[in-house]
Amino acid sequence: MSSKLQDFLEKHVYPTQIWQSIFRHGKPINDRNRSLAVLSNVFLHLHPIRLPRYATKYTYTWGMGGMSFLLFLVETVTGILLMFYYHPTATQAYIDIKSLEFDVPFGMLLRNMHRWGAHLMVLTVWFHMFRVFMTGSYKKPREFNWAIGVLLLTITLFMSFTGYLLPWDQLAMWAITVGTNMARAVPFLGHEGPFSNLLGLRIDNDIRFALLGGTTVGGPTLLRFYVLHCIAVPFVMSFLLAVHFWRIRKDGGISGPQSARLANLNKVTQVKAALGKKEESTVAQPPKTE
Amino acid sequence: MTEVSKEIKYRRDVGVDPNEISRRKVLGFIGWGTFWATIAATLAGTGRYMFPEVTYEESPIFKAGSPKEYLPGVSTKYLASQRVWIINDGGIIYALIAICTHLGCTPDWLPNENKFKCNCHGSGYYISGVNYEGPAPRAMERAKIYVDETGELVVDKSKKFLYEDGGWENPESFVKV
Repeated sequence: MSSKLQDFLEKHVYPTQIWQSIFRHGKPINDRNRSLAVLSNVFLHLHPIRLPRYATKYTYTWGMGGMSFLLFLVETVTGILLMFYYHPTATQAYIDIKSLEFDVPFGMLLRNMHRWGAHLMVLTVWFHMFRVFMTGSYKKPREFNWAIGVLLLTITLFMSFTGYLLPWDQLAMWAITVGTNMARAVPFLGHEGPFSNLLGLRIDNDIRFALLGGTTVGGPTLLRFYVLHCIAVPFVMSFLLAVHFWRIRKDGGISGPQSARLANLNKVTQVKAALGKKEESTVAQPPKTE
Repeated sequence: MTEVSKEIKYRRDVGVDPNEISRRKVLGFIGWGTFWATIAATLAGTGRYMFPEVTYEESPIFKAGSPKEYLPGVSTKYLASQRVWIINDGGIIYALIAICTHLGCTPDWLPNENKFKCNCHGSGYYISGVNYEGPAPRAMERAKIYVDETGELVVDKSKKFLYEDGGWENPESFVKV
């Protein structure tokens, strides 16, 4: 940066109330300010304070979790843009897709980014799970985060499924018809499943009926899948992603064996509990400096 | 004295000309240039995406039948569907767009009083479309009108003629009968 610009910023920008209300720390010229720059930033504070050396090795994690999140962002941005040209109605949906594909400038590019990104995301999420399994990263203290991850995998597949219907072509119709026919056979919930007669389930009051908004795939199904695909499921997904990322930090960073600090802390907690003493510290609280 | 960057200091220490274009600078320029070019192209494409090539709106051009249909006076035949009055006024036919120049309401044609009256805020216009009472700041606008090869009147609302600009003198703004 040129020193003239630097001088200008120092004199007229940094001291202003607007600047200081946004950046609540001094220049990053010492360790304290440098850490404050990270800690007081909502995006940067997701980064761990320390990084184990193995976590930077690409062969260790394959970066599949990060790539899945990147694809989630790509899907969000391209999805929002696609929504500008799409009506979730039986008469309009297919025409809108064709118009996106052939008329709208860059529509073909955006739609295909969304589509291929979705396929890729299903792959990366599976590979992420596979990696976590192979490196044993589901083990203590990460059991809970594994469970969150399984939910996220299921949700990713459900996003893929709901998005499948939206082009409203023959493939979409029959894929969703076949897919939702499975819901007929769910025990207690589907009208063709075990125990359905005990609960008086019919084709027009079981779980499939609630999912489709009717007895066959039709206009109401399209609207339901659209709302699920664009609003409801992404909302739940963002919520779980926040928990997932937060737990990575709290459980001692990306993968790897349980840190000595956390292990000690857990041991202390367990011993104290065994001795019948009141728990003074839990995993979530850092130990007091002695 | 202004501070010098670490890189320049280092270059001075090792005796390299600090102004020389280094490999680092070139690679940095290529790297960041590619990065920002990608961002710029993405934003430009996204911006372009918001301007569709095809709209599904009604055409601003419509056929209005034979000029002979229009007897002297104001025809409200196309008011509801096209928001246009076809007016035969002393040997010429013109298409007056029924948008009040005050706040855009649709005025009424009052045959007994021989004037257009806007029921929103009371602007009044002569049969020509020129305003004379109420808050309207200027005359209503006329649309392009012509007779096609089959002898039918055609009105094109996308081309407008303003009284204040002398547009009503333009032969495209009326048809002689």
